[in-house]
Amino acid sequence: MSTTAVTAATGPKSESAKNRELIAFAVMIGIGLVAPIAIYPVFLMKVLCFALFACAFNLLIGYVGLLSFGHAMFFGLAAYVSGYSVKAWGFSPELGILYGTACGAVLGLVTGLLAIRRQGIYFAMVTLALSQMVFFYCLQAKFTGGEDGIQAIPRRPLFGIINIQNDLTFYYVVLAIFAAGFLVIWRTVNSPFGQVLKAIRENEPRAISLGYRVDHYKLLAFVLSAALAGMAGATKALVFQLASLTDVAWQMSGEVVLMTLVGGMGTIFGPVIGAAVIITMQNYLAGFGEWVLVIQGFIFVVVVLAFRKGIVGEIQAWWERRATKA
Amino acid sequence: MLFELIGIPPQALFGQLLLGLINGAFYAMMSLGLAVIFGLLNVINFTHGAQYMMGAFAAWMLLEWAGVPYWGALILAPLIVGATGVVMEKLLLKRLYHLDHLYGLLLTFGLALMIEGFFRKQFGSSGLPYANPLPGGTRLDFMFLPNYRAWIVIASLVICFGTWYMIERTKLGSYLRAATERPDLVQAFGINVPRMITLTYGFGVGLAALAGVLAAPAYNVSPLMGSNLIIIVFAVVVIGGMGSILGAIITGFALGIIEGLTKVFYPEASNTVIFIVMAIVLMVKPAGLFGTPK
Repeated sequence: MSTTAVTAATGPKSESAKNRELIAFAVMIGIGLVAPIAIYPVFLMKVLCFALFACAFNLLIGYVGLLSFGHAMFFGLAAYVSGYSVKAWGFSPELGILYGTACGAVLGLVTGLLAIRRQGIYFAMVTLALSQMVFFYCLQAKFTGGEDGIQAIPRRPLFGIINIQNDLTFYYVVLAIFAAGFLVIWRTVNSPFGQVLKAIRENEPRAISLGYRVDHYKLLAFVLSAALAGMAGATKALVFQLASLTDVAWQMSGEVVLMTLVGGMGTIFGPVIGAAVIITMQNYLAGFGEWVLVIQGFIFVVVVLAFRKGIVGEIQAWWERRATKA
Repeated sequence: MLFELIGIPPQALFGQLLLGLINGAFYAMMSLGLAVIFGLLNVINFTHGAQYMMGAFAAWMLLEWAGVPYWGALILAPLIVGATGVVMEKLLLKRLYHLDHLYGLLLTFGLALMIEGFFRKQFGSSGLPYANPLPGGTRLDFMFLPNYRAWIVIASLVICFGTWYMIERTKLGSYLRAATERPDLVQAFGINVPRMITLTYGFGVGLAALAGVLAAPAYNVSPLMGSNLIIIVFAVVVIGGMGSILGAIITGFALGIIEGLTKVFYPEASNTVIFIVMAIVLMVKPAGLFGTPK
């Protein structure tokens, strides 16, 4: 992605900036801890799963400049394999989620090796095509249950002791999973590895000339993103006790792009806000059927034309303008 | 004799080959339009599938609501849909040229969602029939050739090579190719490049709509027909590379035929064979068969 793209932080962050982000993280988790008082836990779990999914997607677009239009393949396949392993093989929930995450990573390795051979617009098309291939595989494979999907995935006790049949208990487990995934991304972005990723985003030929093997960096970021998207999908399968073709269809890839775009590409908290906004909107518009598609498309158009930094990006830009004025 | 050896009845083989050729005709027309638009606008037109669907619906509406027959729709529908493309470029796409190409993809994706959602709301997802304007067919030695299918193949070949001729062999086409290379220089020679960009987008969109009209009697007219097609066409574009008009045409037809043959010999893979070919091409020749590495 060229320098005209929406980019938030460039260069190593100062310690105070990192501290501000950690405080914001603590506030976010604090809100998460008290949120079930006011809001239905299943809805919150959905938001958290999609927030993690969007954060994983944002790792690629925001910090490496790679637009993946096929992230549903990791999310959806992980939902299927973890759902199947828990239901048919009797895996415990923690093992099922780990298994889904691992499958996401392996799929990320295979598709990543192919996709990183092209850049920019082609990367988007390649990932979209590969995810459509995974979609057709899931449509035809025996274990996925075709149009029905995998239903009634059992929620067995976590680690053999924690009863996650209770939605509120399970909500706190999902919050912990989300926090862990989020911290992995935060740590990655702020590591020397993350700095190289940003260098690739800003100027790939220069990164190559500095001696970095950019393909290794891109592949590793892709696998990490795929694994975390898989973790989100596997968790989602247990939350709704359902894995279906919706999870792996191209529309799902579009939704995660939309969430990240609305929240702010390349901002660490943007995808979380974006996921909350879009899921809330879908919840309220559920009765309007096909209009949801029209409205989502409309949001895409408006954000791309007028609002490219997204919610968090615009707030940050406003904050910086104010800071420089003062 | 040969057919007995491989155990496939010739009817099935040639029938699937013809279906493959027809699918290939649509892949070729669609990837051609994408390539022309990308060449000048640097935008991957995600709306292309929706515009193909709009072409089919325009033909259906012209017939049902205005009594315009198929042959009239073949002219009118691309003009109408092309005009919507011109408006879209003038109002929306124009604002994104100074930005990263990915924003063009995101904008056209959003527009595709809006159009598809709107048509699904209005017409449902099941699809509407469109009467075949060329019923009947010819009985050949080895197969039955329906007239309309023969017409699709002939029409698409004429459209593809007409476009190729216009771009590669006419003066207008030479302006277009020059503007693809160096728009600033072409502008300096007094050619109105922004208008050329608008008309090129309109032309590409019209081409998609024309493919949609051709598709209407062959498949049902359905709001989903575009999004099903566009992803495959993206894979075709990745395989062919977008650098060459002729390359887009050849790749489109070739992949349609490969898909048809897969339906005969290994039907389970017929949905995925194009994506598998794409994966192989990415491994062997990452820039695409007709692309130039950059």
